[in-house]
Amino acid sequence: MFAVVMLAGIYGLVSASFFVAMDAVDVAFTEASVGAGISTLLMLTTVAMTGRTEHVARHKPLLALLVVAITGGLLIYGTFDMPYFGSADAPAHNHVAPRYLYDSIKEIGVPNMVTSVLASYRGFDTFGEVTVIFTAGIGVLALLSVVRRPEDEAEMEAINDSMHEKHLILRVVIKTLIPFILLYAFYVQFHGDYGPGGGFQAGVIFAAGIILYALLFGLSAARRVIRQPFVQLLSAIGVLVYGSVGVVSMLNGGTFLDYSVLSADPIAGQHLGILLIELGVGLTVASVMIIIFFSFSARSEYQQTKAGKSL
Amino acid sequence: MIIAATLAILVVMVLAIIRGIVGPSLYDRILAVNMFGTKTVLLISLLGFVMGRPEFLDIAMVYALINFISVIGVLRLSDAFKAKHNGPVVEPVERDS
Amino acid sequence: METLLSLASSFCLLLGSFLCLSGGVGILRFPDFYTRMHAVGVTDTLATAMILIGLMLQNPEMLVIVKLVLILLMTLFISPTTSHALGQAALLNNLTPLIAEDKNHAEKSTAAGDNPSKS
Repeated sequence: MFAVVMLAGIYGLVSASFFVAMDAVDVAFTEASVGAGISTLLMLTTVAMTGRTEHVARHKPLLALLVVAITGGLLIYGTFDMPYFGSADAPAHNHVAPRYLYDSIKEIGVPNMVTSVLASYRGFDTFGEVTVIFTAGIGVLALLSVVRRPEDEAEMEAINDSMHEKHLILRVVIKTLIPFILLYAFYVQFHGDYGPGGGFQAGVIFAAGIILYALLFGLSAARRVIRQPFVQLLSAIGVLVYGSVGVVSMLNGGTFLDYSVLSADPIAGQHLGILLIELGVGLTVASVMIIIFFSFSARSEYQQTKAGKSL
Repeated sequence: MIIAATLAILVVMVLAIIRGIVGPSLYDRILAVNMFGTKTVLLISLLGFVMGRPEFLDIAMVYALINFISVIGVLRLSDAFKAKHNGPVVEPVERDS
Repeated sequence: METLLSLASSFCLLLGSFLCLSGGVGILRFPDFYTRMHAVGVTDTLATAMILIGLMLQNPEMLVIVKLVLILLMTLFISPTTSHALGQAALLNNLTPLIAEDKNHAEKSTAAGDNPSKS
């Protein structure tokens, strides 16, 4: 199953490559970080917990294969009717897209139009996305949290210390790299207005850096750095910041999430609004990814110590 | 010349995928995926230059990081898996100083 | 100056692609995991360095050169570490390397399909 996960990682990389070929930079960025990075890591953690081989199916799933093939064929047939890639009279290019393209610089003044659409024109959608991510984090916490006893923790620490010699080179190299990764996450977060980036990608890269630390130094060392209550609080604060920007806009006389009323000059208000909500998105995404990984990993370690005791 | 380099890298990516499918052991496949990832970094940088959009270099950097983290993740987690099923993989080496 | 730079850039790109291709051929043709890993590790790093230097010499603006330098530095750090991690993990998980004596043994006893590097 490890091989399957690695091939899924290759699939993520290939799809990001053709997003790049189609000149969609932000989407390629998000696909690279989320689809090829965090998804692979989380699936690997799950496979490490559950088992490397799947049960052999008791019957050959021929009917399922037939249904999938027919559905795929119908979908491909349906695409023959679609307009050509980039044609000017396609419906996707006719309703709101021209308005976004022409008016975005005047109304919002942010060079990266994807950010302006995501954060300002469709800000309510993004609010829903952030809430969904937060809910996923709560769900994982509710299902997978493990009460850790001090003696289990001491045992895991002993194992991690004894593996120090074995992983010496990796540990030294990674200690040099992790500050750079976290700094790069901040760069992506705040540069999202001018180049590809934004809150989602930045949160994922930050979480990836912390996950790297946890993978090599052990979960207990990582928990000492990032305390669980703190990171749970952070994820809630992210959503709260997003919502309060909307409420403050209402208090200032506009509608919910209308950034123009946030300051004297509407364009400065838009910039401030986009900055704050991207911050909220980044906080929530980073902390939820960290929560999910820590929960999976703690459960896997718990199983390990239980298996070790029963041997 | 950049286009020639792009074509060369595409060829190498196909070769890496072949090894990833064929490779008899797990580590062959991990090696193939790692190579695919580093070649993707190069491919994106070259495509950025071909299409005149230097913003692609940000994506290339993210790929390099993600590739590294995924390979380290696979190696550490397959260690942990073996430890779960067979006991610890290796005893710590004793130094004599 | 311009033509010198573009000539140097083409040379670096050419060298980089050649190294890349030889690494790709190596990963398919070498007999054992450890030899393949050696091929990939060496040619990957050097090919990346050559191609990135070739792109730097194409004379774009300062920010692009800085980003390319950063990617190059990171690859120089990351690639050898990955090779080390892979090799160590494979060795510690009992993936035995193919040694010359084993091959001679296999040829002497004419045991077909007796491949000691399968794990």
